[in-house]
Amino acid sequence: MVDARGLSCPLPVVMVQKEVKANAPKELEVKVDSMVCVENVKRYAASQGYAVSVKDEGDEFTMMLTK
Amino acid sequence: MTKRINPLVLIAGFAVGVAALVLTALGNPANMGFCIACFVRDIAGATKLHTAAPVQYFRPEIVGLVLGSTIMSLATKEFKARAGSAPATRFVLGAFVMIGALVFLGCPLRMVIRMGGGDLNAFVGLAGFFIGILLGVFFLKKGFSLKRSYTVATVEGYTLPATLVVLFILVLAVPALFAFSESGPGSKHAPVIASLLIALVVGALCQRSRMCMVGGMRDAVMFRDFNLLSGFGVIFVTVLLGNIILGNFKGFSAYLQPIAHASQLWNLLGMVLVGWGSVLLGGCPLRQLILAGEGNGDSAVTVLGMLVGAAFAHNFKLAGSAAALNDGVYSPGGIGTTGKVAVILGFAVLLVISLLNLPKEAKQNG
Repeated sequence: MVDARGLSCPLPVVMVQKEVKANAPKELEVKVDSMVCVENVKRYAASQGYAVSVKDEGDEFTMMLTK
Repeated sequence: MTKRINPLVLIAGFAVGVAALVLTALGNPANMGFCIACFVRDIAGATKLHTAAPVQYFRPEIVGLVLGSTIMSLATKEFKARAGSAPATRFVLGAFVMIGALVFLGCPLRMVIRMGGGDLNAFVGLAGFFIGILLGVFFLKKGFSLKRSYTVATVEGYTLPATLVVLFILVLAVPALFAFSESGPGSKHAPVIASLLIALVVGALCQRSRMCMVGGMRDAVMFRDFNLLSGFGVIFVTVLLGNIILGNFKGFSAYLQPIAHASQLWNLLGMVLVGWGSVLLGGCPLRQLILAGEGNGDSAVTVLGMLVGAAFAHNFKLAGSAAALNDGVYSPGGIGTTGKVAVILGFAVLLVISLLNLPKEAKQNG
């Protein structure tokens, strides 16, 4: 799980990139707390071939990246 | 690998370019339809934080950009008061980004607008900006972080927008309180209502599109993501074509460009400072205004740092002086000794901030 809540651009994407490059997970849960981060992580994940689902939990978002 | 470009970025880029051309046609200084650094500097002058007579005017564009972002983020339910990510460090970074920008004579947005006006000095600035971004990206890849922010009381998020509104009302109601340039760049401005309305629209579009001058190159380098960079490109093309259509374009040259100097080393180094500092902050000066409008207290503090940096830049004569013709004799302009010292000091400060905010293991491994 990548917890990027409260972090500003581009740190959430950097964290996801690091995890993807290191472990190439089939599934990765990412927590962020702004729509900008959702969009950025989504764009990066899509470029790496992941399907992305987003759960809006009010103050934060849980994203599930699957391959 | 596919990377989608958000059409909103293209629309916002086009709107920023057109807005810059229109504001210049309505009275803003040449190649300065929009310049966050210059406009914050002018506000510092208007509020007498510095007393450089040619650069004092309360620019409604700054109020409009922030409020446009606030209104749009409220409408889309993205407005969120948050703060707590190294505010004092951000204040210092904001100040040095401003000093670097005023050494070059423009923020990254004005750099692009100057490029579109045919100013070759701005292309030197672009090279410096890119080098600065690479330096910032180097530390990001090492794990640089100003740590997380937290949700805070809603009032925190409204502090900067409300302060700007109150100041703006005071400017309109009791102008005698403020200073206004009678000559120089500060005396050149579009009508207040036009500046405000155009900036409101641009601010709203920039909020939606996440427009950021530094983010474009950063994301392209780090993730091969060209989304934001496309906005940067569209602004350049729009301003260039607009200037050609309007008959303002006189070819590319470094000679006697409006409010620009030809001291190329310092054009370069000033923008290295801006690029590096902006990557550490997570966004260019324009983006900081937009984030402050969305309720981000850390960005609000950054904007205040920029304001103080602008005051210092003129109180201590750090800012560049523009090229000029004096009695027919060409002076290329440039910066004085104090400005050079400030840029070098800025590099030292940015290096310390970059190193001290690395994860522990990265620091130990050098």
